[in-house]
Amino acid sequence: MVIHALQDMLPSDVAGAYREYNLTYFDGAQRKVLVVDEEVPYPEGRLIVSRTDPQGIITHANQSFVDMSGFTMDELIGAPHYILRHPDMPPVAFKGLWDTLARGETWQGYVKNLRRDGRYYWVKATAIPNVRNGQVVGYTSVRRKPSRQKIAECEKLYPTLF
Amino acid sequence: MTFQFTVSPDFTPDHLSGWYIFNTWLQKAVDLHIHLHIYDDFHQQRDAIQNDKVDLIYANPFDAAMLVREKGFRALARPAGKADEALVCVGESSPVQKVEDLQPGTRLATTDDPDVHLMGMIMLEPANLGKENITMVPCDTYVLVAKELIKGTSDVGIFLQEAYHDLSSIIRRQLRVLVSGQIQLVHHCLMVGPNLHPHRDKLLQALLTMGDDPKGPGVLEALKFPHWEAVDEEEMEFMIDLMDTLNT
Ligand SMILES: Cc1cc2nc3c(=O)[nH]c(=O)nc-3n(C[C@H](O)[C@H](O)[C@H](O)COP(=O)(O)O)c2cc1C
Repeated sequence: MVIHALQDMLPSDVAGAYREYNLTYFDGAQRKVLVVDEEVPYPEGRLIVSRTDPQGIITHANQSFVDMSGFTMDELIGAPHYILRHPDMPPVAFKGLWDTLARGETWQGYVKNLRRDGRYYWVKATAIPNVRNGQVVGYTSVRRKPSRQKIAECEKLYPTLF
Repeated sequence: MTFQFTVSPDFTPDHLSGWYIFNTWLQKAVDLHIHLHIYDDFHQQRDAIQNDKVDLIYANPFDAAMLVREKGFRALARPAGKADEALVCVGESSPVQKVEDLQPGTRLATTDDPDVHLMGMIMLEPANLGKENITMVPCDTYVLVAKELIKGTSDVGIFLQEAYHDLSSIIRRQLRVLVSGQIQLVHHCLMVGPNLHPHRDKLLQALLTMGDDPKGPGVLEALKFPHWEAVDEEEMEFMIDLMDTLNT
């Protein structure tokens, strides 16, 4: 697996008016992201599935992941999972995710994800450690369609958590 | 020694004869005595598994974690191109147009088919429905689920897609599909218990070359799938992880 660094987003990647952010990720990497305030609804009846290595590098993704994120499979495999980080997501949410997984437990939460085209989609995500012969070899996350009520609650709550 | 074989009790009765034909074929192909016993429901089947009365099982994905982690089962093969998918449906004249129209207190007609029920419940979550605010109407068969919806004694029903498509067109015309699952990752799997581990390779070889056997294609036709596909340990572990996330 080739691990790739993320490219800055360009105005030509996005459709319409955008907000610009410079994100710094946990590993020190930086990236310019362009955010378009338009939601893409979660498709009915699907699960978005990905797996990562213990460092959070994507090792597997399903077709629904490709379809919803707007990235190609080649762009996703080998990329850090923060490729989807949306600047509206409070860092404390992801701290909760990593702390829970480090304890060997299951994490569940609502996540606003950034697409390749700058738009966003909400998911209800569940992540678990993959234990093989007693060792954590990676993590799996499965997302489902969230209710509008839960999304509305998160849209109120998350800005207060920065 | 006679080995005990069982099949997840969640398919329509017309699939039953296929498994008896398969068992007859398998015994000859691998030269082992295998007795097929199909339990009436999941409860009885799980009791048999707990009491080590099962050596070979065509297992529901929901039970895979217990079989592997508690009972030392190993995956063998799965039917090619045959994932388990759920479907959520209402009566044709129901005012409900989309899942989000369903309200707390909804009466849900569902079977004890555990993986299909779980996937169907996930499709109701966008309406903020869960087991705490749904009235369950347990049904023995998918035909009874359909009847509940047609009579209007249930508001919404969960089907295995295959079972829905097996309903007569007269029944289907009185139903309306709200969501059709496209998960593609959940499937039944033939699995061997500890007593059969020494014969795993021989069994797998027989399954994978079934199409070349003079009688194999006819047996596959009775089972209603084209061929078996090997399932390795990691694929099985992945499906177990996936079922764990869905169960949360
Ligand atoms: C299995 C798994 C799935 C993840 N899925 C997402 C996701 O869908 N969106 C996201 O922004 N972060 C996801 N993360 C968290 C990212 O790894 C990362 O922590 C997060 O984007 C915040 O970036 P930072 O840690 O660099 O601050 C996931 C992590 C794991 C282990």
